[in-house]
Formats: sequence, C-alpha cells, structure tokens
Amino acid sequence: MTGPRRKIPVAACSGIGKSLGAAAREAGCILTEDLRPERTKLVALSLLVMGDDDARGEVAGREAVAIDGCKLECAAKGLASAGATNVHKIAVFDVIRRHRGLKPEGVCDLNEDGLKLARAAAEEAAGIVDDIDKEADHA
Amino acid sequence: MPDLPKKKVGLIACSGEELPEGTVTRRAVRKVLETLRPDDTVTLCLPLFLAGGEGERAFARHYPTIAVDGCDKRCAARATEKYSAKPVASIVVTDVAKECGCAAIGTVRRLNAEGLRLADEVAGKIVEETDRLLKRKAKGRVPGSAGGER
Repeated sequence: MTGPRRKIPVAACSGIGKSLGAAAREAGCILTEDLRPERTKLVALSLLVMGDDDARGEVAGREAVAIDGCKLECAAKGLASAGATNVHKIAVFDVIRRHRGLKPEGVCDLNEDGLKLARAAAEEAAGIVDDIDKEADHA
Repeated sequence: MPDLPKKKVGLIACSGEELPEGTVTRRAVRKVLETLRPDDTVTLCLPLFLAGGEGERAFARHYPTIAVDGCDKRCAARATEKYSAKPVASIVVTDVAKECGCAAIGTVRRLNAEGLRLADEVAGKIVEETDRLLKRKAKGRVPGSAGGER
C-alpha cells in the first residue's frame, strides 16, 4: 500500500544580519508557499538547532533542501545534524553570481532586487525538489 | 568576530520560520539594532551557535545577552544557555502579545498592522532591558516601555 508522499523538508538561513540571509529566508517561503507548497515544508532552523523532536522527525532519514545565505551554511548543517540522509544545497551567494546586477538590500524589508534574488534561489530549489521526486519515481 | 567595544548587549532572535511570531522577533531586534539602540547592541545569529560560530559563543559567554523568542519553546534562550551562557533577559513574543492585546498578526512573510505594532512593543521591551543592563537612563518613550522618560 502506498500513501501520499511526505513533504520534503526545507530549512533556510535565519538571516538576521545580512541581506543574503534574508533572501535565503524569503526563498524558503517562496518555495514552500508559492512554488511547491504541496511537496515541501519549511522547518524552523531554530527548532533544529535545539534538537526539537517534532522538527527532527520531519528531517531524520529524509532528503532535504537547505537554502543558505553565507558560506557558514547553517541551514545545511542544521539539517545534517537532524539526520537528513542527503542535504541538497542552495547557496544564495552563488545564486547572485548568476544574476549579476542585483543589489539586494535590507533585512526585514528586502528591496526589489532582494526579492528577485529570493525568487531566483527559490526557483533553483524547486528544480531540486522536482529532481528528488523524479528519482523517487524511478526508484 | 571583530574586536567589540565594551558595554554592548547581544540580541538573539529565534527567527522561527514556522510562526509569524518568529518574524516579529526579527523585526523587533532589527529595529533596536538599527534605530533605537544602535550604539549599544549587536545581533547574534542563533543557528551559528550550532554551526560552530565561536565568535557568537564567545560573545555570549562574556557579554550580557537578551533572547527574543516567538513562542514558549524558547529556542533562542535555550540555545544561548546551552552553547554559551544563560541570557540575562528573555522575552517571549506570545507573552507580549497577550499583554498588549494583539490578535491576528499576519503571516511569516508579511506581518499586518497588528504584527508591526507587536514588533514595536517587543522592541520597546528590548530597549528597557538594554537600558537596565547598561544602567542607562531611557532615551525616550518607546512602545512597550511603561515609564517613558526616566
């Protein structure tokens, strides 16, 4: 018997210090609310940091998507520490290199370029989600 | 982390992505950092505690910190205590919301007017604690502070 597929856990940088982190957080929301709401679920990084049982239950033994704002990769590390089997990484600092000319500013209120960057990162993440699903279909 | 001047207070927001109250913590902390007490505060990144941010851990061991949490799970306060030292003050947004009678505050992505008001109230609480920790007279009435000019 097969049931509905579980949603793919997504963690995003909490990004309180830099615009790229804020763009990562916004990208997580765009992915899970707008682009792939039926296939993804945003997990609070703070809960993963604290080892919350429910949050770990969403992640442990699963493939997951991390969207990070800087090279410290807190979201990816949070997912790995929670037991994700494979962490697929989106690095906003790499995404912006593919979208030269964008100048994201702001943290709580990203400017227009910041929102464009977030959407670009979310679209790359959506591609990863689709790839995970395709692999599952072939398995 | 670069050398920091003395007499700074570290602010740690939970940023919780699952609840709009997490967004309130971010907005409140940023408001204090950028506008209300820019010379007295720094923000510390909560996930960096786990990711091995030694600068964050060291700061929180040696400087006073204020944890700002969205819910009573109090991830920011607990993480700070677990990886560094117990925060000197802990503010929980859902408690502040009850005090000031805030109802629906919007979504994680977009706070509504009530959510923005709540963020201002929380920012006021942070300022009160910051001034208390630094033994400084309040610079002026901010939302959430009870006494105004002292």
